[in-house]
Amino acid sequence: MTPSRPSPAVGLSLLGFLATLALGLAILFGAPRTLDTFGLVQCTGFAALAMFGLSQGFVWGFAGVMSFGQAAFLGLGGYAYAVSVINLGDSTLPVLIAIVVPMLFAGLLGYFMFYGRISDAYIGVITLTVSVILFQLVNATSGSQYRIGAAELGGFNGIPAIPALNLPGHPDEPLDNDGLWYAAMGALVLAYVLLRAVLASRFGRVVVAIRENETRAQLIGYDPRLYKLLAFMIAAGVAGLAGCLYANWGGFISPTVFGLSMSAQVIIYVLVGGLGTLVGPMLGAVLIQWLIIAAGSQTVVDSNLGLGLVLVGFVLLVPQGLVPVVRGLLLRLIERRTPSRPAPEAGGALATERAR
Amino acid sequence: MDLAGLLAFNVVTGIATLVLITLGLGVIYGMMRIINLAHGEFMMLGAYTAVMASGAGVNIWVAMLVLPPLVVGLIGLVLERTVIRFLYGRMMDTMLATWGVSLGLIGLVTTLYGNVVRGVSTPVGSFDIGRYGASLYSLVIVAAALAALVGMFLLLRLTKFGLILRATMQNPRMAAALGVAPNRIYMATFALGAALAGLAGGVLAPISGVSPAMGAAYIARAFITVLGGGPAIITGTGLASGLFGTINELVSFKTTPVIGDVALLAAAILLIRVLPQGITGRYLRRSL
Repeated sequence: MTPSRPSPAVGLSLLGFLATLALGLAILFGAPRTLDTFGLVQCTGFAALAMFGLSQGFVWGFAGVMSFGQAAFLGLGGYAYAVSVINLGDSTLPVLIAIVVPMLFAGLLGYFMFYGRISDAYIGVITLTVSVILFQLVNATSGSQYRIGAAELGGFNGIPAIPALNLPGHPDEPLDNDGLWYAAMGALVLAYVLLRAVLASRFGRVVVAIRENETRAQLIGYDPRLYKLLAFMIAAGVAGLAGCLYANWGGFISPTVFGLSMSAQVIIYVLVGGLGTLVGPMLGAVLIQWLIIAAGSQTVVDSNLGLGLVLVGFVLLVPQGLVPVVRGLLLRLIERRTPSRPAPEAGGALATERAR
Repeated sequence: MDLAGLLAFNVVTGIATLVLITLGLGVIYGMMRIINLAHGEFMMLGAYTAVMASGAGVNIWVAMLVLPPLVVGLIGLVLERTVIRFLYGRMMDTMLATWGVSLGLIGLVTTLYGNVVRGVSTPVGSFDIGRYGASLYSLVIVAAALAALVGMFLLLRLTKFGLILRATMQNPRMAAALGVAPNRIYMATFALGAALAGLAGGVLAPISGVSPAMGAAYIARAFITVLGGGPAIITGTGLASGLFGTINELVSFKTTPVIGDVALLAAAILLIRVLPQGITGRYLRRSL
């Protein structure tokens, strides 16, 4: 291989980024022109959940942190937005609050987890437990004594009639359906680009190096605890933004956002789409949500049954997810055209990813 | 004085409940290093077994104490053979797969029996502690928890099966070299853990609403108690249940049960910061 020509894997990665960006922008501007209002509103929900998938895909696939309770951050973001926008009126600051509150919470929780040096499985269990307990806590806030400023938390009934996003400084003009779509999808594309930038930076490379071999990274002089904590906080911020969009989408938020099935769903998005990619979780989110909606119109079988079967099936049969499988096939095709090249490392890299 | 008596009684009941709901999870985790995320749903199946059996006219004690462990143990056996055994050595994948099983069981039971809350009536009455009334059924829970704990101890300590279990846990390769099939042992362990979860579900059925999603109400406490307990199954479960159960009950008494759970979680996170391997990871390491 000559040094001037990058390996097909690197080329494909850059190509994939540009293709995803182009596709994202095409959807961003194309959807309002082709879809009716109902379809567009549904797609806004998909964009919010794709953002949620992105956060799980980042923390699990790249930082190697098994967060089983990512829904905690989704819920915190949604509730933080709802409470602050009801109190403040203008939505600019609440969006920031929806990102910062989950990040601070993740910082606190992550400090105890990562600096206690507990094992991956324990991290999974603790994050899961935290989300379950947050669910119970918020569920128990019925009654008018549980209020933050003007916002009643409402217990299991949730917070209805959350004001939608508005242009900065104009709280009287909330965004319409088209505007919300541009906000949600635009934020998704932006988050994707930013996470790719983070991963391409020195920081991101260290995070991935720690995922690959924590001891070695530590011996080189990096502190795995700090890098994991920061990656965990970034993912929490992305999940918080997803929660803010989710609350905007229905104008409503209830404790189910903290629920176990929410955490399970996002794990399924990542697993179906592909662990170790950013595109996979977004595609997985859209695919699974579409399936849930399609299955929701029939009442014979509960949707949890289908989700459970998908989860078990993918773990047993396609543990690497759909996007890496397709990428592997593509690489093999390129491989066949240029037979003199040494084999790309995709297989090996995936194998190590699965090993964690 | 009466109040203190009632409080002490509640603390003991809380600890016993924690032992019951944790032991099955602890057995599977301690022996196989698998965190069974379907644990809550195994309990739910145990509770449904109790409700269905007593509805069909079976004696309430048989329906609560005998049938649930048998039925759920069998279900655990089937799941181990069809799903879990392909994933040994891949810890994360086992957690994900058992999570899938958990969702699938919730979905299945919802499909079959609907998303409604059922219940069985408590088979015993109440008694007085001074001026306060307390449920006699709490004594049943305490007895069941004690019996499960002591039974597991005797099983592991005195029987040949227990010896083989402990040997496999310590060194599966050496056990295999001596003629034990570790896969068989894992199968039996998983079924045993499932049966204990079923027992917990059966015993708790009369005092909790039996619904497809009831498992979620218990697993948070069960998971952190296992983590807090550490590697030794029985000592760890007992000690962590004692510690967390006391904290939980005392805080619940002062505030609400939900705040009690929050206090339990906070205590567990602080504990794990100090003792990342749980209580028995540092102290009493040679215990069972």
